[in-house]
Amino acid sequence: MTPQSVELRGIGKSFGTENVLKGIDLSVRPGEFLSLVGMSGCGKSTLLRMIAGLEAPDRGTVSIGGSDVTDMDPSERNLAMVFQSYALYPHMNVRQNIATPLRMRRLPLSARLPLIGGLFAPSQTLREIDAAVEQAAETLHIPHLLDRKPAQLSGGQRQRVALARALVRSPAAFLMDEPLSNLDAKLRAHMREELASLHRRLGATFIYVTHDQIEAMTMSDRIALMSEGRIEQLGTPDELYRSPATLTVARFIGTPSINLLPVEIDAQGKVAAFGQDLGLQAAAAHAGPATLGIRSEDLRPAAEGLAVRVLRAETHGADRFVSCQLLADETVRITLRQAAGETLETGADGLTHLAFAPERAHLFGADGARRELSVRERVAA
Amino acid sequence: MAYVRRYLPHLVLAIGAFVMLLPFYWMFLTSIRSPGEIFDVSLWPIPKDFSAGENFSRAASQVPMARFMLNGVIVCLGILIVQVLTAVPAAYALAKLRFPGRRLLMTLVIAALCVPIQALALPLFVGLAMTELLNTYFAMMAPFFLSVFAIFLFHQSFRSYPNEIIEAARMDGFSEMEICWRLVLRGSLPSLAAFSVFSLVAHWNDLYWPMIVVSDTNLAPPPLGMLYFADVESGANYGALMAGATIITAPMLVCFLLVRRHFIAGITMTGVK
Amino acid sequence: MTATDFPAETTMATASSRSRTDRRMALRGLAFVAPAALLLIAIYILPMIVLAAFSVTDYQLGALSIRFVGLQNFTAAMDDDVFMRAFANTVLYAVIVIPFGVFLALGVALLVYNRKRSRAFWEVAYFLPVTATLVAMATVWQFLLHPSIGPVNAAIKWFGFEPVAFLSNPVLLIPTMAMIGIWQVLGFNMVLFLAGLTAIPKDLYEAARLDGARNPIDRFFTVTWPILGPTTMFVVVTTSISAFKVFETVAVLTKGRFGSETLLFNLYLEGFEYSNTGYAAALTLIFLAIVLILSIWQTVHMDRKVHY
Repeated sequence: MTPQSVELRGIGKSFGTENVLKGIDLSVRPGEFLSLVGMSGCGKSTLLRMIAGLEAPDRGTVSIGGSDVTDMDPSERNLAMVFQSYALYPHMNVRQNIATPLRMRRLPLSARLPLIGGLFAPSQTLREIDAAVEQAAETLHIPHLLDRKPAQLSGGQRQRVALARALVRSPAAFLMDEPLSNLDAKLRAHMREELASLHRRLGATFIYVTHDQIEAMTMSDRIALMSEGRIEQLGTPDELYRSPATLTVARFIGTPSINLLPVEIDAQGKVAAFGQDLGLQAAAAHAGPATLGIRSEDLRPAAEGLAVRVLRAETHGADRFVSCQLLADETVRITLRQAAGETLETGADGLTHLAFAPERAHLFGADGARRELSVRERVAA
Repeated sequence: MAYVRRYLPHLVLAIGAFVMLLPFYWMFLTSIRSPGEIFDVSLWPIPKDFSAGENFSRAASQVPMARFMLNGVIVCLGILIVQVLTAVPAAYALAKLRFPGRRLLMTLVIAALCVPIQALALPLFVGLAMTELLNTYFAMMAPFFLSVFAIFLFHQSFRSYPNEIIEAARMDGFSEMEICWRLVLRGSLPSLAAFSVFSLVAHWNDLYWPMIVVSDTNLAPPPLGMLYFADVESGANYGALMAGATIITAPMLVCFLLVRRHFIAGITMTGVK
Repeated sequence: MTATDFPAETTMATASSRSRTDRRMALRGLAFVAPAALLLIAIYILPMIVLAAFSVTDYQLGALSIRFVGLQNFTAAMDDDVFMRAFANTVLYAVIVIPFGVFLALGVALLVYNRKRSRAFWEVAYFLPVTATLVAMATVWQFLLHPSIGPVNAAIKWFGFEPVAFLSNPVLLIPTMAMIGIWQVLGFNMVLFLAGLTAIPKDLYEAARLDGARNPIDRFFTVTWPILGPTTMFVVVTTSISAFKVFETVAVLTKGRFGSETLLFNLYLEGFEYSNTGYAAALTLIFLAIVLILSIWQTVHMDRKVHY
C-alpha cells in the first residue's frame, strides 16, 4: 500500500474535568516522519491512541488517506503500532508474532480457531504469510530469532520483533509510542539511526511519540511539539531550533537547554537586562518584562558584556560546557559552549564577561509568545 | 440491538447470581416463616405469619446450638493460635537463619503440603484412641497444630524482608525472638491476616475430622451439630432446621461481607502459592 | 594502636568470631524450628509410617491379634464392589464438576471482569457459597430439591414437566451432588480467573486490535486463552483435588444410601464406623496416591508457571 496522509481536525478530549486535548489540528503528509514531542502528560500519547482508534475523541475527526475513520474500529484502520512495552504475545514464538496481523486479515475466522483451525486454512495463503514473515525478519536482521519466544530475547531484539510485526503488512501508517524508551542509551542511539533508515527505505508514513527531544530532532521530517493539550509549534527540527515559536518550545528543544535572561522592554522598544542596554530593538507596543533566549553556542567570552562568575566546566568529547552565574542576578545560570581545546580567561574571582550574537537571540513576551527582534547600535549605559 | 448487547452480560450474570444466592435466600426465608407455610413455594419475601422467634428458639432448644458455636470458636481459635506460634519461628528460621537440616526440613514441608488430612486421619485416630483422648477438644485440634501451609506461606513472605534490618537490629541488641515477632512478622501482616482467614474458615466448616473423633454432642463444632440437628428433626420442622443453618453460616457470611477483600485473599491464597 | 595494624586486628577478630556466630545461629535456628519439626514428625511422618504398616495387616481397632497379610488388602479392594462403586462415583462426580466448575467460572470471570461499577456486587454474589458452611448449605439444598415441598420442583412442575426425584433416584444422586459441588466451587475458581485476567497487560489487547483482531472471539483466542493457560491448568488441578475429597454432601444428603458412596465416605465407613483399620489403611493409600499424582502434577506446573 502507498503511504497515506493522516488528518486530525479539531480533536478534543477530556477525562473527567481535565481537558487533555484542546482542539488539535494536524495534517501528516504521506511518507512523512512526524514526531509528537512534549513532557509527559501533554496529551501526545492520547493523540496517538486516537489515531490508532484505541481511544475515541470527544470532538473532532480523524481521517486517513482522505477518508473519515473517526468511528472505525482499530482493526479496520490498517495502521501498525509499536508499543512502548512492545506488546509481543508471550505465548507465541517470533514467527507467530510477526504472522499474527496477516493471519487476522487474510484467514477466515474458522481457520484462526485453535486446534481445528489448521483444517480450514488455505495452504496457498499460509505460504504467502510465511514468505512475508521471512522477508520482514530479513529487513530487521532477525531471521535467526524466528523460533524463539519473546522471553528469550533481549530488549533490543524484542524491539526488532515489534517492528517486524508492524511492517509485515505494509500499513497505511506506522504509529510508535516511545518505542526506544526501554533500551539502554547506546542501543537507543543505534536504533535511532536504524529507524530513520527504515523510514527512508519504506517511504511510509511514521507518527512517532517521544518525550526525548533528541530522538525527535534526529529522526523527524517535522516535529509537532505539544504542551498542555495543544500543539505549540509544528515545523522541521531546524525551524524549532532556530526560531522557536514560544518560550516552551525554546526551553524544550536543544541540549544544553537554552539560556534565559530576564529582560525589560522600555517604551521605545529598547531591550535591557538589569539596566544594561543589549543593543536589541523590539516593538514599542510590547513594552514590559520579557525573556531573552540565547543558545549556548551563540555566547563567547569577551572583554565586556554580561558579567558572570564561572562555576565549573565539563568536557563532553568534542564540546566543553562552562556553567556560569550571572553577577546581576545569581539565580540566573548561563551555559557557554566551547570547543574542547578552548579555554576561558577569568579574573581572580573567576569573573569574566560574555557577549552573544544579537542576531541569533530570541525574545519572548511575558505570555511566552515570540516577539520580533532587530539589532541596532548599542547605547552606552 | 446495541441495547441488548449492553445489558446482556448483566442479564446473564443476574441469572447466575440468582442460582448462587437462591439457597441463602430460601434458608433465611424459611427460617422466618411459620410451619404452616412450608408448602408455600413462592419466593415472596414477607411471610404471612412471622415466626422467626419460634423457629430460632426451637433450633436453640432442640440441640445446644450455643454450645456448638462456642465449641467452634474454641477449636478454631485454639488451632489458629498454635499454628501461628509454631509456624512463624520455623518460617523465620528457614528464611533467615543457617542451621543443619534446613534443606531437609524445607523439603519435608513442601512434601507435606501435598498430603491431605484425610490421609492421616486413620493413624491419628488410632493414636488418640489408644491414649484415650477421643472426645476432647485436644483431639479436635491436635492434627492441625502444625500448618505446613503456614510455614510455606510465611517463609515466602519473610524471605523478602531485608537482611540489613535484621543485622542492624541484632547490633541494636534485639533478641532473635524479638526480631522474628516484632520486626519480621510486622512486615508480613497481610500474610498473617490472609492466613488467619484461611485457617478459621477451613476449620469452622470442617466436618470430616470432628465426625471421626467426637461423639459427644456437647463437644460438637457447628457442622457436626448441624448434622445431629438434621437427624433429630429428620425433615419434620424445616423452619427450625433452616434457623439452625442460618445461625451456623451467619458468622462466616457476616465476616465475609464486612472484610470482603481479606476474605477473598485469604481463601484463594492457596491459588497463588 | 596505629592506623596500619587496625585492619589486620579486626579481620582476625571476625575470623574467630565467625565460627562462634555460625554456631550460635545454628543453635538458634534449631531451637526455632524444633516445635514445628516435632509436630511434623508426630502429625505427618509417624502417621505415614503407621499407615503404611497398617495397610499390610488385618488389624481391626480394639482387636487383640494382628496378622501380616501382605498386599491382600489391596487386592481385596479391587474385588470390593462397594469400593469400586465409590471409586466410579467419585470419578463421575469429578468428571461433572471439573468442566462445569472450570468453564462456567471462566465465563463468569470474563463477564465480571468487564463490569466496572457492579463488579464488587457480582464478586460477592458468586463468592458467597465458598465461605458458607457446606453441611448447612447441603441441608438447604436438600430442602430446595425436595420432590413435593421444594421450590425447584415446583418450578419444574410449573413449566409443565414431571417433578424430578433429585435425591431419591439413584441415577441422579451423584449428578445432583456434583451440581452442588459446582455451586460451591464456582466463586473460588472465578476469583482465581479474575486474578489471572488482571495480570494480562492491556497493551496486548490493543496490539491484537491493531493487528486486526476485530471480534471478541479473535481477541479471546489470540490473547486471553493462551495467557490464562497456566491459571486454567491450576484451576483444573485444584478443582480435581477438591472433587476427589467430596464428603460433606454425601454425609448430609444420602449417607451413602442407594449406592452413592464416594471414596472418602467409603473410607470413613471402613475406618471409623466398621473399624477395619488395616483395610481402610490400604484404601487410604489408594486415595493418597490419587491426590498425590494430582498435587505433583500441579507442583510441576507451578514451577513452569513462568514458561514464557
